[in-house]
Amino acid sequence: MTVQTGIQPISSARRAKDRLVQVLVYLAFALAVIPLLSVLWLVVKNGIGRLDMEFLTHSMRNIGARDAGGGAYHAIIGTLEQVLLASLIAVPIGLLTAVYLVEYGEGGRLSRTISFFVDVMTGVPSVVSGLFVLAFWILVLGMPFSGFAGALALSILMMPVVVRSAEEMLRLVPRELREASYALGVPKWRTIVKVVLPTAFTGIVTGVMLAVARVAGETAPLLLTVFVTDSINNDPFNGPQMGLPLYVFDQAGRPTDTAVDRAWTGALTLILIVMLLNLVARLITWWRSPARRR
Amino acid sequence: MRRSAFRRSRGDGPFRFASTGAGIVLLAIMAAIGVFLVVKAVPALQANTSHFLTELTWQPNATEPVFGIGALAFGTVLSSLLALVIATPVAVGVALFISHYAPRRLASALGYVVDLLAAVPSVVYGLWGVTFLVPFMLGPSKFLNDYLGWIPLFGGDTVVGRSMLTASLVLAIMILPIIAAISREVFLQAPKMQEEAALALGATRWEMIRMSVLPFGRPGVISAAMLGLGRAMGETIAVALIFPATFNISFKILGPYGNSIAANIANGFGEATEVGRGALIASGLILFLITLLVNMAARFVIARRKEYARAAA
Repeated sequence: MTVQTGIQPISSARRAKDRLVQVLVYLAFALAVIPLLSVLWLVVKNGIGRLDMEFLTHSMRNIGARDAGGGAYHAIIGTLEQVLLASLIAVPIGLLTAVYLVEYGEGGRLSRTISFFVDVMTGVPSVVSGLFVLAFWILVLGMPFSGFAGALALSILMMPVVVRSAEEMLRLVPRELREASYALGVPKWRTIVKVVLPTAFTGIVTGVMLAVARVAGETAPLLLTVFVTDSINNDPFNGPQMGLPLYVFDQAGRPTDTAVDRAWTGALTLILIVMLLNLVARLITWWRSPARRR
Repeated sequence: MRRSAFRRSRGDGPFRFASTGAGIVLLAIMAAIGVFLVVKAVPALQANTSHFLTELTWQPNATEPVFGIGALAFGTVLSSLLALVIATPVAVGVALFISHYAPRRLASALGYVVDLLAAVPSVVYGLWGVTFLVPFMLGPSKFLNDYLGWIPLFGGDTVVGRSMLTASLVLAIMILPIIAAISREVFLQAPKMQEEAALALGATRWEMIRMSVLPFGRPGVISAAMLGLGRAMGETIAVALIFPATFNISFKILGPYGNSIAANIANGFGEATEVGRGALIASGLILFLITLLVNMAARFVIARRKEYARAAA
């Protein structure tokens, strides 16, 4: 008579399957990281050569098709102005919408509709927002191609991101804070402005920075709204103005090696700006997150 | 529940009005996108001498404009579906790695690394694709053609680097982070009790995942994949640099064929006449409608299960 022990060892077939899946899962992660490393490595390797003072302080004006030299100053200025203008439009609208959804909506039909379309709006392709501004602002209203038209297109892409992140932050504000404020006789709007928004402030700033990082790298909407120029244009309301992503696209499409070199350096500059925004935003969340998630 | 203040304040009305107004502005923008695309598309469509939905060629700038969305829509759908087929298994693997396999201390940092993929601008992927991936893909493509050429997708006599496959691969890399991020959140919300019960009954880690995590996460993964599909369809600049910009319908994904609605807008805008711009806007309208449908379907799947609502934000 054999004695039955309590726990049988796991059969080798089951053990092998478990191992196989583990290997596959680790492999999947490696597969995802390889392209990231490849992109970053090539951008740094090819871009570092032209990252000099001339690149940062000169435009492409009077640079012939085959000439080396030239820079992206006009594009950097353009991107900074366009993103700033886009934020000035998108942040107030996005923030107020989030306040509506959290404080006033009360789960009614309008708030559910807005909430649903904010989600849908995150899926609007960037090229479509550019086409919309082209059709509405430039073709119907007869406005010129300008940095501001580009900012309008970017703001459409920013709004849903700002709403979602601000909404999440506002919902994290404890109800007790609001009720304490009401109990002291403070009206609702003063409670929102003086208690709710300051409490959620760091979270909202993080969300805005992530939204800025998202649109700063967008090329397609700019292509259709700001046009391409080689000259410096400090006025975002008049005439074509370059943007850094557009500069990379433009230079990458030119046939000479010197242009492709400039494209790489432009890409490096762009990635540095975007990654920096991302990193700072994540660090703020990480330090200040009220409930640290896994 | 009413939480109105004890005493009405003069500021309340305007503040409430402003925040409600901002929400309505958002709805108005979505409506305006549809309306103004239609307004500028109609004159070009009237000038068209062919049928817009079925015509393959794209010559809206000619004196007798002939253009149609056929080839472009085909390329958009094929490249996005290919990207989805490539990206989804990897993304699910990445999500499982971060939610159930990686050491707990490293998990969130590794998740951030994957999120960084989404932070790289589209134009940088395009530049990387043209200068690195296109020449690199020539070898594997020839291999696929030589040994798996009997599968129609990999068949054909010419094999090039600037192919549908290369473009789809870049798209797959670009949509991987969103699919992985949503799947990860859903997997993390799988009921802990069930997982522990499975382990207590002697299940291996994989058996536990198959029995409790995957069934719970399936709707979330499906909607994540659909959101990824919407992203891939609207992706413009990266594929505009890679596609050879042809106007035909071919399933030979290794051959010198391929184009998409979005890529065509980026490549064709520079030399477009008035009718040409209208034609591009008309194609953009189709793209808008397709992505709208895909996104709304994905959101409905998510909205049906409340516990996912946060994950997909």
